[in-house]
Amino acid sequence: MKHTLSVLVHNRSGVLVRIAGLFSRRGYNIESIAVGVTEDPDISRMTIVVEGDEAIVEQIIKNVHKLIDVLRVSNITSEDVVDRELALIKVATDSHNRSEILQIVDIFRARIVDVSDRSVIVEVTGNEGKVDAMVQLLRPYGIKEMARTGKIAMVRGAKQRANASDTGRAAAR
Amino acid sequence: MATELAAARERDKARVLKGAEAFVQALIDEGVTTIFGLPGGAVLPIYDALYNADIQHILVRHEQAAAHAADGYARSSGRPGVCLTTSGPGATNLVTGIATAWMDSVPVVAFTGNVARSLIGRDAFQEADITGITLPITKHNFLVRSVQDLPRIIKEAFHIATTGRPGPVLVDLPRDICGEELEYYYPSEVELPGFKPTFEGHVRQVLEAARAIAAAKRPVLYVGGGVISSGAHRELMELATKANIPVTTTLMGLGAFPGTHPLSLGMLGMHGTVYANWAICNCDLLIAVGVRFDDRVTGRLEGFAPEAKIIHIDIDPAEIGKNVGVDIPIVGDCKAVLQALVEKTREKKETAWLAKVHEWKEKYPLRYDDPGTGEVMPQRLVEEIYAVTKGQAIMASDVGQHQMWLAQYYKFDEPRRHLSSGGLGTMGFGFPAAIGAAVANPDREVWCLSGDGSFQMNAQELITVAGYKIPVKVVICNNSYLGMVRQWQSMFYGKRYSQSDLSHNPDFVKLAEAHGVPAFRVTRVDELRETLERAQAIDGPALVDVRVSREADVLPMVPAGAALKDMIGLEGR
Ligand SMILES: Cc1ncc(C[n+]2csc(CCOP(=O)(O)OP(=O)(O)O)c2C)c(N)n1
Ligand SMILES: [Mg+2]
Repeated sequence: MKHTLSVLVHNRSGVLVRIAGLFSRRGYNIESIAVGVTEDPDISRMTIVVEGDEAIVEQIIKNVHKLIDVLRVSNITSEDVVDRELALIKVATDSHNRSEILQIVDIFRARIVDVSDRSVIVEVTGNEGKVDAMVQLLRPYGIKEMARTGKIAMVRGAKQRANASDTGRAAAR
Repeated sequence: MATELAAARERDKARVLKGAEAFVQALIDEGVTTIFGLPGGAVLPIYDALYNADIQHILVRHEQAAAHAADGYARSSGRPGVCLTTSGPGATNLVTGIATAWMDSVPVVAFTGNVARSLIGRDAFQEADITGITLPITKHNFLVRSVQDLPRIIKEAFHIATTGRPGPVLVDLPRDICGEELEYYYPSEVELPGFKPTFEGHVRQVLEAARAIAAAKRPVLYVGGGVISSGAHRELMELATKANIPVTTTLMGLGAFPGTHPLSLGMLGMHGTVYANWAICNCDLLIAVGVRFDDRVTGRLEGFAPEAKIIHIDIDPAEIGKNVGVDIPIVGDCKAVLQALVEKTREKKETAWLAKVHEWKEKYPLRYDDPGTGEVMPQRLVEEIYAVTKGQAIMASDVGQHQMWLAQYYKFDEPRRHLSSGGLGTMGFGFPAAIGAAVANPDREVWCLSGDGSFQMNAQELITVAGYKIPVKVVICNNSYLGMVRQWQSMFYGKRYSQSDLSHNPDFVKLAEAHGVPAFRVTRVDELRETLERAQAIDGPALVDVRVSREADVLPMVPAGAALKDMIGLEGR
């Protein structure tokens, strides 16, 4: 099963390497990882999607939490979250199918961000399912290039940074 | 911290120092009295600052030995061990030593020089990305990027190395930083919001553990290095004697519980005692304290304590549930948790279970055959060292058969007396670790039981013990084999002794003498006691090359991948 971890880290050089190194060393699979600064410029949030059963994910969380530069690890898989990915997709077009593509783009509330005579670049944001569906529909026209970010996520509502399955509790069990 | 600097200024304490001077001052402020190292280009400014400093520097002859000596210093004293090397090859030579300390959770702080900041990343002369290289084998590491950060980083390095589950920390110092000036003050506190180990066990979990102990009919305590590093041996003794629970220790746990105590089952695992392993197989409650269910201990996991409820106490939450499912996990410092558990535990009388365990102990003691030819049996060698040192020495060992015989036949009654590379199994560890231990414990006898193979991996340190008159007694259990390799080849590869025969060894006596270390050779058992005593009587280092029976095996044994109940080597008992 896929799990989404939200990890707050010190915004220091080398942090990403420490996390990535931990995953490869212990044989955990990273599906995607997205990193960016938070409201506090000294702190970054990493949203990591990992594949594994409960026991493995618990081990991952504990080991990530042990890193000195990691402030908090939360498993937000079963939380009520907003999650988004962004994809840029360059699709082959000609005068015949351009309007069809525009229609698809419209339905998905995506955008065309570049047009040339033989291709367009589509920008789409949404959860993983939506981006997948978009890619699926555009594939028959010929996808020439694609760039996709990992998932970023945030828990809905007033709660900040904390949630039910953070490591502070797990450790205190 | 800014306020702390302001306060220090006010007291007129902040001084302007160069980076290299600040480094030395920070070590002094941290309470460091001894460091092990070897200089080179990138650390010339630091060595210059050390020239007249109030810190003892032990010059080794290979940086690996500096790391192991710092490790032995830490294991034997409980204080962090410190080593210092130059950049590039000096730093990479530390790697095996750091990995050894990492696997056994030993607080070592390693300092390495590096090239100037402007040269980093350009493949400069003697540049190595040592923070990258040691990422997987340190608890944390630092590359100092600004001279201002140096005191804080040193403070944090020692704090991280010694707090919670101990472990090695490396600090990499670019050369140009040593020459820059800073306003020096040593912070009194660290600010590490991402590093907050849990010390107190959860009250409800402790109560549940106490209930499980009360209900158990066949309990066993399985204890390891965590008990020693947290200093929990007294609490362990209280718990074991209060509830009459037999205790088995891992290799790393030897000495956490007195080996001569009636409740002691000795070591468990691959070369553990029959009674320890059988107790594990038959227990209904396993109380695991400061251990990590290593595969050399558990054998096949399904066969490890199959009928038992498991309590696991450890300060590292990531150890709990790593290899086995646990019924009552307690995250916390072994000492704090055991203390709480002792309070909640009711006294229990001796039980039928204890009688059963004693019966196994009587019936299947550790034993070996002595053909009586006058040859020295290696087990006998350990028994004689035990007798000569009255069981009181700090004993370092290397890796191989001799290491297992020491663990089996030397009954350690106190913690921090047995020094061995358990997790990494590093040949070459013993001798430099003994050097570190001797420096840290000038009032104790320190011996190193090495193998003829292992000793050659750091034999260059003979000159170090000779030069500083460090009174380490080295005994080589010389079977002229990579003995443990030979044993496996004998048992599992049809006696095809591929590359394990060391008949072509150096003359260890001459080798020692060439370094100015008095040395002796023993070839017959009747010379053994007297020779060991002669070495012991020498005021300074000595070496004894003991030719032992070449093809003795370490028994009993759980073959790799087998269950603990399936020990071999019990024939004829
Ligand atoms: C650095 C290193 N290289 C190789 C090994 C593999 N190994 C384990 S035991 C052993 C033989 C050790 O021989 P010796 O020191 O003579 O000890 P003995 O087993 O004969 O007592 C070897 C090669 C190791 N543990 N460490
Ligand atoms: Mg040997």
